[in-house]
Formats: sequence, structure tokens, C-alpha cells
Amino acid sequence: MSDVVISVESLSKRYRLGVLGSRSLKDDANRWWARLRGAPDPSLKIGERGRSHGRNEAIWALRDVSLDVKRGEIVGIVGRNGAGKSTLLKILSRTTAPTSGQVRIKGRIASLLEVGTGFHPELTGRENIYLNGAILGMRKTEIARSFDEIVDFSGVEQFIDTPVKRYSSGMHVRLAFAVAAHLEPEILVVDEVLAVGDAAFQKKCLGKMGAVAREGRTVLIVSHNMGSINDLCDRAVLLSSGSIVADGPPETVTRQYLSNGESRRAHVEYQPSESQAYFQAVTLCGDAGAPTANFDIRKPFHLRMQFVVRRRIPGLQAAFAVYNSVGYRIFQSTTSHPEPAIDIEEPRQYDLRVGVPGSLLPAGSYTVTVALHVPNVSWFDLHEHVLTFDIEDTRSKRYDHDGRSLGCVLVDLPWDQQHRPLVERQESPGA
Amino acid sequence: MSTANTVSRQTAQVQDDGEWTMIIRPHRRWLDLRLGELWRARDLILLFVRRDFVAGYKQTILGPFWALVQPLLTTVVFTLIFGRVARLSTDGLPPFLFYMAGTVVWSYFSACLTKTADTFGANAHIFGKVYFPRLTVPISILLSNLVAFCIHFALFLAFVVYFWLDGAAVTPTTAIFLLPLLLFIMAGLGLGAGIIVSSLTTRYRDLQNVVTFGTQLLMYATPVIYPASATPARYRILLQANPMTAIVEAFRGAFLGTDTVSTGALLYSFGFMLVALILGLLLFNRVEQTFMDTV
Repeated sequence: MSDVVISVESLSKRYRLGVLGSRSLKDDANRWWARLRGAPDPSLKIGERGRSHGRNEAIWALRDVSLDVKRGEIVGIVGRNGAGKSTLLKILSRTTAPTSGQVRIKGRIASLLEVGTGFHPELTGRENIYLNGAILGMRKTEIARSFDEIVDFSGVEQFIDTPVKRYSSGMHVRLAFAVAAHLEPEILVVDEVLAVGDAAFQKKCLGKMGAVAREGRTVLIVSHNMGSINDLCDRAVLLSSGSIVADGPPETVTRQYLSNGESRRAHVEYQPSESQAYFQAVTLCGDAGAPTANFDIRKPFHLRMQFVVRRRIPGLQAAFAVYNSVGYRIFQSTTSHPEPAIDIEEPRQYDLRVGVPGSLLPAGSYTVTVALHVPNVSWFDLHEHVLTFDIEDTRSKRYDHDGRSLGCVLVDLPWDQQHRPLVERQESPGA
Repeated sequence: MSTANTVSRQTAQVQDDGEWTMIIRPHRRWLDLRLGELWRARDLILLFVRRDFVAGYKQTILGPFWALVQPLLTTVVFTLIFGRVARLSTDGLPPFLFYMAGTVVWSYFSACLTKTADTFGANAHIFGKVYFPRLTVPISILLSNLVAFCIHFALFLAFVVYFWLDGAAVTPTTAIFLLPLLLFIMAGLGLGAGIIVSSLTTRYRDLQNVVTFGTQLLMYATPVIYPASATPARYRILLQANPMTAIVEAFRGAFLGTDTVSTGALLYSFGFMLVALILGLLLFNRVEQTFMDTV
């Protein structure tokens, strides 16, 4: 007997663009009539040539994805937005069918693309536990058996007979997750639910998932939180444009995800784009001014941004952000931060340099995202995690510390010291 | 062991994959309706019925009594307008009972049809997030409406008894035992037509507008406010083509004592219902797999 419980074989999913939501009987009738007469498809834009059936463009959300998951594995699926993660999950949870390929599954599968699906605001917590449980595939007797546990886990005993519309959003989520956590499927598919609730409840959820896996059940998680992928999974899969580009230990895969497939990158150049403002090149350089992606923990370094502004754009700002290897944004800065602010509104070629002080970031790997935008209004150019650099600990006495527990930033704090001669005091019994 | 494994992997495409619990493929076969799955989800159907009932009457003063208001008011309005003002024939029956019989039957059918027709639209947010047999939703609609029908029906019976005690010419016949069959045909018709419409609305939104309005118009093409016997002979054939005609007439005839329905007409309705239901199930089954991509 093979131990593979999910077998995905050359799975593909195609979505048609353009026709979504714009379809009406009239459109279809027109198209059909046009085809009969041999005229061009009236719903295509001018200049666009129809394909064989007058269909509009298609995109492949998944393309030829094959993946085997073994019993008891916790697999994290990572990738940028639009990489196909959600589509894969939707197919696994059967909310949509693939275009080609197949998935074979052994055992009962439950998917949580959202918690609290089907909760009805007018119903009480008790009624919603039964309804939601049944929607997720539980029999009434199963729900009744774990009812007390669910209520206990959610921590909303007092309000169990109150309509859920009176619940706070936190309580709502806790109750919903509690139901889901007691599904007891052999395979659990989860999407981003870790991002809900307060920190303490998140921890409880993570614990529950770990426990689920220790019981020999299989878990598939999609998350943007590289930290939880690293903590929770024994394997990670990186999707990019609908295909699997990496599959292996989570640390390796998440690092690859964050570093865009290369270990380090100090300089990137871009082709001119149609945007009214776009980057030409971004570069990391050390003190000497030469591009490098390796910095001493104590030394400052620079980020150089070269970009073009084609026309006058009021409020335009250039910004960058630095992320650590688990994907947390450590800091960001924009051209509006310095006093006075740097003006980049006029059409020109710009060449900006911004310095990052030394002794700020602990040793580790970091990525840089750059953007040209008018805050809250429009984006002109954005490159996420485009540069990758390492901060190296030169084993100076100051930051000589093993492990990752240094925190996210290094700070020089004014420690003060006073001391007095040692006096042993007698403990009073009441103290 | 590993050799056997390799062999089974290689032949998996051709063999029936018995060792797998579930296989997700681009398209299910047309006839793969998965009724077993539906049966296993019966708890869910009942919980949906309960939800609709409980949620419908929470925070209302009259609660379930609202179910009585609608048929009562409709009947009163029909009696005034069609009975008193337009003076339409009621086959010699007390107008109030005549209209109430029609209203009670028709409202069950029209509620089943209009609500199941919106299955995909009203549940898109749930359907997009979790899989469960989609037919549970339209079936639960039939059942929750059956609850409402029972309330309407009890009200109707009370009035029949009242009129009978009052000495009106009302004589229920043995055909009242056909009621379960009539309900079954109506439920099947409502479900069949409803899921055909709901399957098509995922592609053609236009139909959603047509259905509510169309159901209203259909009532006038059904002998609800007039007896079939009062229609001119040349329209009679059109009237009889409507599968609801026999149902409404049979119900009224059974409880009020007019004998106007032939077995043939009922068989026609039954056959019509079977065709609509099967067509509906096939379409629905086809659409439910990918409807999330088009809604």
C-alpha cells in the first residue's frame, strides 16, 4: 500500500478573461448570430482577433501541477498573489473543477477556505455550531459528541444561546474555528485562517494544527506568513505562475520565495515601461559605492534608486521597505520622510541614494521592495522583494549571540549602572 | 510491495481506482448524480430547513403566524376583486373557499420555483468556500415551504369546516387522499423548473429577472382565480398544456367537491414533472462543478 494520500497529476485550470460577469443572453445570442454569418465576434474589442470559438483570452491559473502528499505530512503552499495557490485549494476542496488532470484523494478531506461559512447571524451559537458543522460535512451525531469540546475550545460558553449577531468579531471567529478544528478529517486543507483572532487564540489554533498532524493526519496550508510555515510544516511547495518551482524543506523554500529564486541580488535593471513613472535600476552598495549584497553588521550601506518620471505627478513618492527572512517588514522609508521632503514630482530622470545605518539589523538575510506611488491614490511601479542581501555578524563581542533570538532590530540603549555594597537582608515571613 | 505499487500507479489511469476515496476530474459523467452523497447529507438538509424557519421568524411579533397572514390576505383581495368586482365564475362554489384553495396550492408551487431558481445566486458565498452536495439547498427549500404549506393547509381546512357547518355546498370527495401525490408533483415541478433556471442563471443573469415575474404571469395561465370550465374551448388546450392546471383543479375538486380532473390530466402533469426534474438534475449536476468560475 502506498502511503500517498493526495496525488495531484498534471493538474491545470484555465480561466477565461473578459467574459466574467459580463455575460448575458443577449451577448451570447449576438455572438452566435455573428458566427452563423461569419462576421467577427461583436463582443471582442476592436483590433482583437477572435480565437477558434470567438472566446476571449484565457489565463492558466494552474499549469501541469503534479504533487504527492504522504500521510501525516504538513505541507505549506507558498507563492505570490496569483501564483495559483487558491486555485489549487479550490480544486482540492471541490468548489471548482479542474480544466484537465486529476486529483486522487485517500480518506476524508475537509477544507477551510474560510471559517464560519454559513453562519447565520440570527441563529444562536449552539444552532450555528450544528449548521456549520453539517456544512463542513459532519453528521449530527458527530457534532453532538464533540459539542462540549467545541464550546470549551471557543471560550464562548456564556453566550452559546445568544444569536451570533451579538458576538464580537473575535468571538465569532473563535467559535467558527472551534467547529472547524473538531472536524477530525484525515486530510485538512487550510487557507490563511491563521491570520484571524488575537495572538493568544492564534497560538491555540497553531497548537491544535500541530496536534492534528501528530495524530497522523495530513495538513495542507496556504499562508503568507512564512513564520508559521516554517514553524508548522515539514515540507513546503513554492508555486509561481501556476507551476511548482520548488518543493522541499520549509526553510529552504520560504527563503527561495523571499529571495526570488536567487540567494543574493544587489543590482537590478528594468526595461522602460509604459507607466508614467518607472524604475530603471535599483542597487545596493556598501560604503565604497560598489554594488554588493553582503554587509558587515556594523557598517552602513546604501540603496540607490534610478527612475524616470514622464510627466508631472503631484504627490509622487519613491519608497522602499526591508523585510527579514520570515517575511516581516522591518522598516520602510519614503521620499516624504526627510525634512524637507524630497520632491520627485517633476518629469525628470532621478537618481536617489538613501543610507541605512550600521548596527541596525541583526545578522540574517533580508529583502527589499521598492515602489513609486501616490499614497492611497495610485501605483506607478512596484517591485516586491526584488533585492536580497545578507547582514553578516563579524563576531564582534557586542552582538556575539547564538540563535535567532536577537529580535528584529539592534538598538544602542543607554544602559545605566549603579551599585552598592551587598547587604543580606532577612526575609520577613509576611513578604 | 514496491513493484506492485509501481504497477498499480502505471495502470491507475485505466483501472478503476478502488483504493482512492475520491477522484477529482475535469468533468463528471452526465449521469453521475451522486445521490448517495445527498442521502448522507440528510442532516444538513434538515438543519437548513430549521435555519430558514427559525431565522425567518426571529424578532417578529407574530412569529410563525405570519405564515397565516399571506394566504388570508391574498384570498380576501381575490374574493373582493375577482369575485365581487369582476364577478368571475367559481363553479358554484363559495368564492372565498374557491380562491383560498387556489392560493394555497399556487403559493407552494410558486415559492418552490422562485426560491430554488436562486440557488446559486443566493448561496454563492457559501458554495465558493466549501463543498457539500449542492442539491441539499433546493431540497431544503422544498421542505421549508412544505412547512409553510401545512400551515396554510390547516387554515384552509378550518375554513372548509366552517363553511360546511354553515351549510354551504361543500363536499370533500375521496380524492383528498391524492393530496400527497399532488404535493409530490408540485414539489417535483418546482424543483425541476427551479434548478433548470438556477443552472442557466449562472450564465444568463437575465433569467433571474424573468422568473419572479414569469411565475406571477403563469398564475393567470393556471385556473387559480377562475375554473378551467369557464375558459373558452379554443384556449382549453393551452390551459391543459400547463402541468399545474390539473394539480390546482384536482386539489380544489377533492376538497370542495367539484369533479373536473381526469386521470389522464394528472398523468400528464406527472410525466411533465419527471421530464423537468431529470433535465434539471442533469443540468444542475453539470453546472455545479464550475459555476464558481462564472458567477
